[in-house]
Amino acid sequence: MKTKGRNFVLYGSILLISLVAPLVLPAYGTQLAFLWVMVVFALTWDIVGGQMGYNSFGNVVFFGIGMYVTAVIQRNMHYDIEEYVHVAGRVDTLASGEYLAGLFLGMGVGAVVAVVIAVILGFCILGMGMRGQYFGICTLGLGVAAGELANGWEYIGAGSGLVTPVFPEGLGVRGAFFYYIFFILAIILYMTLKWLYSGRFGLAVNAIRDDEDKAEAMGIHTTRYKIVAWCISAFFLSLVGGGAGHLIGFIDPTEVAFAGATFGVWMILMAILGGKGTLWGPVIGAVIFHITQELFWTYLFGWQRVALGALIVGIVVFFPQGIMGWVRERWPERFGHRVEEKGVFSVSEGGGA
Amino acid sequence: MSEYQLEVEGVCKRFGGVVANDRITLSVPQGRIIGLIGPNGSGKTTLFNSIVGYHPIDKGSIRFEGREISDMRVPEIARLGVLRTFQQTRIYGKMTCVQNMQISMPHTNEGLRTMFSKYPPEVVDKAESLLEFLGLYAKRHLMAGDLSFGQQKLLEFAMALMNEPRLLLLDEPTAGINPTLINGLIERLKRSNADLGITLFVIEHNIRAIMNLAEHIYCLAHGQLLTSGPPDQIQNDQQVIDAYLGAK
Repeated sequence: MKTKGRNFVLYGSILLISLVAPLVLPAYGTQLAFLWVMVVFALTWDIVGGQMGYNSFGNVVFFGIGMYVTAVIQRNMHYDIEEYVHVAGRVDTLASGEYLAGLFLGMGVGAVVAVVIAVILGFCILGMGMRGQYFGICTLGLGVAAGELANGWEYIGAGSGLVTPVFPEGLGVRGAFFYYIFFILAIILYMTLKWLYSGRFGLAVNAIRDDEDKAEAMGIHTTRYKIVAWCISAFFLSLVGGGAGHLIGFIDPTEVAFAGATFGVWMILMAILGGKGTLWGPVIGAVIFHITQELFWTYLFGWQRVALGALIVGIVVFFPQGIMGWVRERWPERFGHRVEEKGVFSVSEGGGA
Repeated sequence: MSEYQLEVEGVCKRFGGVVANDRITLSVPQGRIIGLIGPNGSGKTTLFNSIVGYHPIDKGSIRFEGREISDMRVPEIARLGVLRTFQQTRIYGKMTCVQNMQISMPHTNEGLRTMFSKYPPEVVDKAESLLEFLGLYAKRHLMAGDLSFGQQKLLEFAMALMNEPRLLLLDEPTAGINPTLINGLIERLKRSNADLGITLFVIEHNIRAIMNLAEHIYCLAHGQLLTSGPPDQIQNDQQVIDAYLGAK
């Protein structure tokens, strides 16, 4: 009961701080909104990379897909495509209702498209039994290929990118608006994962992580679980991508949408920093990483990439288990890992083996 | 349905130039305990791997309850009820013992919906009672990877029982286990056979253990089936003794 009360206070205060943050710090609206994008990045990466042990370097593909699909749908709903592409930014602004309709429909369709692509890619890569480094390198290729494809496709703006419609004034401040969208998305994702990890799904992907041959030998539908995990990841990444494109306002194929070298790497680092394979780890990792990164930009300008690189090396060397992993190793009893002698059952026989 | 649960017929398996299994034919009747012995490198584990579909066989046929399984994949065969344990014990190290047990529930008839479901309390009860059966109850909330080797071996056996197999292939169940515990383990193997009706097919190097356990023993040497028979006959078979001690 005591822990329940404590959890209630903890969750309550996090919720409260999160709700008022953009009101207290209006100047940081965009950065705060990106904080939740980072949380979603780390949590979605961790489904496949942490809980299931499949290091994916290509999850950013789904982020980009969401971004492009949302922007394209919104564009096609309200504008003449030819005109929009050629006089970017100088077309009429949308009314709030039109903007929202396009945005949400786009995000929804984007999520469906991402899941369909995840299923197809999943059957091709995971269904063929690709594992370990081979899977990692394969997904790395996916990210690069997606960027190149977008780079050459006129319909979505090719190399000159795609400008999203101007944010209508009627919806308030852009940063705050997207802040709440991402915040709600992150909460839904967190709850979904909490529920998934506490049941059969969580144990099955953990089993695949610990020993996939054993999992197969025990009859677990490994391919099915792997593809579904990949799809859940794709679904949420695509949703957040749809919003992020509109927050940034400009979709560049390789720098924003399929930005493997930045977003693609960060999502892995944040999960590792916080502790992959845990629920809170990626959240903590994302918060620390994002704040540190912003501080580097502010106080170490010119050296921010170097500092970030040093931080990355530091994370991998000193926190291979991540913060939550380290905490769990230090105080295993806190996580319920203890010997429990109830006295009723004999334990003498198994004890000495 | 045939009178044998598992029928292996003329199975050949070669790795490059090494013939690991050469025309092996044997059968395991339903509900019995059958042993498989042979010197190191005689092809016992290869035969197990062939049966559970770990690698394709070059020739021959393997039938389980009358159904050809030699072209099926590992998880499919496992879901039919043919389970194996590993010589190098394999458990899910970063999960607790109870979690190891829960995920070992049978996976037959599992749909997309059940993938996301929670485990009913009966599953935990069953997991705990099986852990108690093997003397691991007190350690049920520990990470499986933190258990000693012998305990991991017991856990692996408990996981196999949790899966309710019809045929259990055990690859050296007593190897690495404290000698005083071996008798207890043999006792439990026999009980799982008698009470739960699980057919056991056991590879074992510990001759005393296998003589005590099995009703019928097959002996392999150099990838071929050398002989077979009841334990006391095998024990005194000159061919078997020669194979083990390297006569001729």
